[in-house]
Amino acid sequence: MNASRRALSGPRYAVLTAGGLIAFFAIWYFAAWARLAPPQFLPMPHQVLATLLRLMESPFSGYTLQEHMLASLQRFGMGFGLAALIGIPLGLMMGWFRLLDQIVSPLFNGLRFVPPIAWVPFAALWFGTGIGGPVLIIFTGAFPPCLINAYRGARYVDTYLIEAARTLGIGNFRIIAQVLFPAALPSIIAGLRISAGLGWMSLIGAELIVASSGIGYLLVKGQSAIDASIVMAGMFSIGVVGLAIDIILRLAEKMLARHK
Amino acid sequence: MTMKIRRLNQRTIVGALTLLSVCLLWWAATTTGLVSPMRFPTPAETLDSFNQITFEGYGNATLYVHVLHSVKLVLIGFFIAVGLGIPLGLAMGYSPSVEAFVNPAFLLLRPIPPLAWIPLAIVWLGLGDASKVLVIFVGAFVPSVINSYTGARNISVQLVEASAMLGIGRWAFITEVLIPESLPMIFTGLRLSLQAAWTTLVAGELIGAAYGLGHILSQATLDIYISMIVVAMITVAVLGGLMTYLLGLIETRLMPWRKG
Repeated sequence: MNASRRALSGPRYAVLTAGGLIAFFAIWYFAAWARLAPPQFLPMPHQVLATLLRLMESPFSGYTLQEHMLASLQRFGMGFGLAALIGIPLGLMMGWFRLLDQIVSPLFNGLRFVPPIAWVPFAALWFGTGIGGPVLIIFTGAFPPCLINAYRGARYVDTYLIEAARTLGIGNFRIIAQVLFPAALPSIIAGLRISAGLGWMSLIGAELIVASSGIGYLLVKGQSAIDASIVMAGMFSIGVVGLAIDIILRLAEKMLARHK
Repeated sequence: MTMKIRRLNQRTIVGALTLLSVCLLWWAATTTGLVSPMRFPTPAETLDSFNQITFEGYGNATLYVHVLHSVKLVLIGFFIAVGLGIPLGLAMGYSPSVEAFVNPAFLLLRPIPPLAWIPLAIVWLGLGDASKVLVIFVGAFVPSVINSYTGARNISVQLVEASAMLGIGRWAFITEVLIPESLPMIFTGLRLSLQAAWTTLVAGELIGAAYGLGHILSQATLDIYISMIVVAMITVAVLGGLMTYLLGLIETRLMPWRKG
């Protein structure tokens, strides 16, 4: 806590927060009511809500909102899972075997500056409109934090632990699995949270370009129909699901901290 | 000391050897036909494409014009975002009232990934530069707010009390304590903002643009001109790395005490 901040009483905080929320919607309503832009471009908040409910009942560009979301979540699960399955063990091994670190690091640092979305052309060329394209892009987005955090976690493990394990004569791979992995777990989970966020964003980017289903595709279709309420309803559901993924991982983080 | 130098040398040598063997592998795999030329280009083709775009031009312009256009858009969006985001973040960290008022709107918008704004930006502003700047702004704004907020919140109590005891005014507190003390976190935010700006720019240009690196990517995809895709990806990576490097230089210049 910071002393420069005069403590704010509970009611005052609540009033200001409510005021902020009301101001946000009031400005939005006013802008739409004053026709600063035609309703097609700037719908009122309750119209977006109505569109959201309509999209959940009747299919738009092939599927209902839930079906689009399910397709997106499947791709996300595959890309994110693959990134974690490869990134975490590789990061741990790089933290243990110095030569592997020296070999992988320059490659990794070179590729890291290619934004995931720049893989879209290759995703399209290699996989067409199949599921591989979006999965590749999610993977490139989600992979770096998995690797970096596992690596850092493994590097900062207490040397006493490693020396003790050494004294007991444990082999390299058992040290990685039974000493480095548990000790690096908090860092790994923190990495998973970052990588889920980046993966989710990359998924949306991928679906804007190479997909014929999914929530990103729904946005594109809403855009070409010049219907901002569809786009906003889609953005809202993307935000909610992204938030839900983050909350799940945060719960895992908390459970782990309690377990320790 | 000598140990450190030797290790550093080993790191550089192994790194150089790795990059060399990757280049050799690339050359061998593509020229022997192990990897189909429809899947990945040979180094020679890539070099040819680089020459073509540098001297003759590709996708409406030469590489120089594309790069200039992309960098210009990124810098415009980036500077508007951090110009508004840093003061807002610092104000939220300094004053609980500002935080209470702004937080609801911020929390509502924050989970929406920047790339999900692209369709809305296109509906609102069309396919021109303005929609790209809007999306870059959205991407770069959030990290700069969050990190300057965290920086301002974590100033040590002793420092605040000491400055209060010395009786410095509000303005002096802001310029002499708040900003310098938050600077490390502000720079963390700047780096994340820059990365987000670069990613969103490439995505925005991929979806529709007349110039820019993303436009080269999408044009080359349409033409199934894979060596040009590789040229564009390398350019994106090099520029992204270069901008991050420049930001790091400014950081050490502004905060020499944090060196090393």
